Amino acid sequence: MTGAFRTGAFGVTGSGDTSGFGGLVRVEPGGAVALHSTDRPYGGWFDEVADALADAVGQATYDAAVRRVLVDRGEITWFVHAAHLLTLLQALRDDDALRFELCSSVSGVDYLDAGGPTGERLHVVYHLTSMTYRRRIRLEVAVTAADPHVPSATRVYPTSDWHERECFDMFGVVFDGHPALTRILMPDDWDGHPQRKDYPLGGVPVEYHDATIPPPDERRSYR
Amino acid sequence: MTTTDPYAGSRETTEGRVYTVTGGDWDLTFGSGGSGLDGPAEERLVVNMGPQHPSTHGVLRLVLDLEGETVTKARVVIGYLHTGIEKNVEYRTWTQGTTFVTRMDYLAPLFNETGYCLAVEKLLGIEVPERATTIRVLVMELNRIASHLVGLATFGMEMGALTGMTNGFRERELVLDLLEEITGLRMNHAYVRPGGVAQDLPEGIEARIREWLAIMPERVAGFHRLLTGQPIWQRRLRDVGYLDVTGCVALGVTGPILRSAGLPWDLRKVEPYCGYETYDFEVPTADTADAWGRYLVRMAEVNESMKIIEQALDRLRPGPVMVEDKKIAWPAQLSLGADGMGNSLDHVKHIMGQSMEALIHHFKLVTEGFRVPAGQVWTAVESPRGELGFHVVSDGGTRPFRVHVRDPSFTNLQATAAMSEGGMIADVIAAIASIDPVMGGVDR
Repeated sequence: MTGAFRTGAFGVTGSGDTSGFGGLVRVEPGGAVALHSTDRPYGGWFDEVADALADAVGQATYDAAVRRVLVDRGEITWFVHAAHLLTLLQALRDDDALRFELCSSVSGVDYLDAGGPTGERLHVVYHLTSMTYRRRIRLEVAVTAADPHVPSATRVYPTSDWHERECFDMFGVVFDGHPALTRILMPDDWDGHPQRKDYPLGGVPVEYHDATIPPPDERRSYR
Repeated sequence: MTTTDPYAGSRETTEGRVYTVTGGDWDLTFGSGGSGLDGPAEERLVVNMGPQHPSTHGVLRLVLDLEGETVTKARVVIGYLHTGIEKNVEYRTWTQGTTFVTRMDYLAPLFNETGYCLAVEKLLGIEVPERATTIRVLVMELNRIASHLVGLATFGMEMGALTGMTNGFRERELVLDLLEEITGLRMNHAYVRPGGVAQDLPEGIEARIREWLAIMPERVAGFHRLLTGQPIWQRRLRDVGYLDVTGCVALGVTGPILRSAGLPWDLRKVEPYCGYETYDFEVPTADTADAWGRYLVRMAEVNESMKIIEQALDRLRPGPVMVEDKKIAWPAQLSLGADGMGNSLDHVKHIMGQSMEALIHHFKLVTEGFRVPAGQVWTAVESPRGELGFHVVSDGGTRPFRVHVRDPSFTNLQATAAMSEGGMIADVIAAIASIDPVMGGVDR
């Protein structure tokens, strides 16, 4: 399909006020959908991988480790507990039926407003690639800003070394067991973690004819 | 002031006292009489290369531990080109995001744009018109050739083969001329947009690309005559920077480095996007797993890209280059006027003189942007340096919630230690040149 057919006023939700004075309001991506779990069958090879993973680590460990599974836009995500992360990664890499040899990426996301009562706002997202079966999956771990500890994946995937350093640098996630968890992109003596959503953007005031431009996150904004 | 300063002997002259600063304290510090940090026997030397390496790879710093000329430890320090692109994108509309990501790996801007746009389109659940996809393939392959030519040029420069550098940049200029004609800019094009491409191909470009295709084989042959058969070039590259398939996969290394180790892993083949499965081309590999193999793989990829460009030209059919959904496609059809590229005069006439609603729509779409359904996706394209991945998260708003870029240079550069430890210091340069890192992408 090319494009999509739509009706109604452009981008109007709620009161219909599109003046832009609503300010910056963010919701968790997917809202209720993101917290929703996909039920079996997941479809395609997703079930195969889920079964193989449960076989490899044992059903009891699998149930304890996995919080929920989400299939969205043809991609599958396991939301897992940090405590069981390494067990899962090791099995995903080594098991004959899984063979996710390549850790493509480790990235952080800060869901500031969506932490919920537990406040698990900092997410670490692992994108794994199986070169044998040509499959990609995603693992996601959530931790609080007060206790941002995640075990380091460097022993299973040496490539995650720099990725984890970047995630620490930008989000302040502490990867326990990392060989040298230091800042990588920002200067060594930098304060704070710039890609957190509540990181002040500095906003060097720009003065022009008695007007001052506020920092970007405080500006009048469309959503 | 003492005249017995061990570092600076002095003598009286007519101009006053002159100090001559010399070394010479080496034996005092490290010799048998000294109390060197690592004991008298060890000749450990820490050399700091950079932060400004004299090459076009950008600002990179290496800390090397040497024993004689042998590197015992190599550490890479990056971050000097960090510009916060990932953070900046969160404060721009989805369309403006292209203008930011294009500046990351500045030698492969069209790959950055396409990878990002594929992610946004996956979130939106839209499919771009066929002509737009073909144009994307066309400009990406042109870009791959330009990027490999710079890779070869800097490779030559770093090995001391300066003619390789001048020739590489000369051939690349021809590609940049074509890209300039298509996109309006030599680099940082912002040409690929969510939903398609910014504008259609200019008139007569197909003929000019074919002219260029006709002269390129001779230019590539020139490289082979200049470098491939040259004994010095071979001896500088062979068995240098060795990294086998196991090492590559463990360190996340992809692209020509992985293919030089013998694994034909190319996302255009194994995970096709933009219709690459319908093009006829080979994935060049080598079995040497060294800098020499990487050089040969890149040279061969230039030829394969030319094959793809030819096929893309053959299948260009008239049609739209942007999705029909007016809530996504920017309203102004860009056109070339007397004063350069800009909104087409027809469009300006329409919104200024005929339709208030069209004016509002234009204003809203350009300032506020379109909304993208919430969720997260991962897309990857095969950039000249390997897997270029985009992890894009939307919260349902008009701006990206998070854009993480898995830049291949960032990941590949981790292999520096594995490639150069145990080798000679001169081979460190060859090893890094064979990685072909672009620091704009590494530091983002």
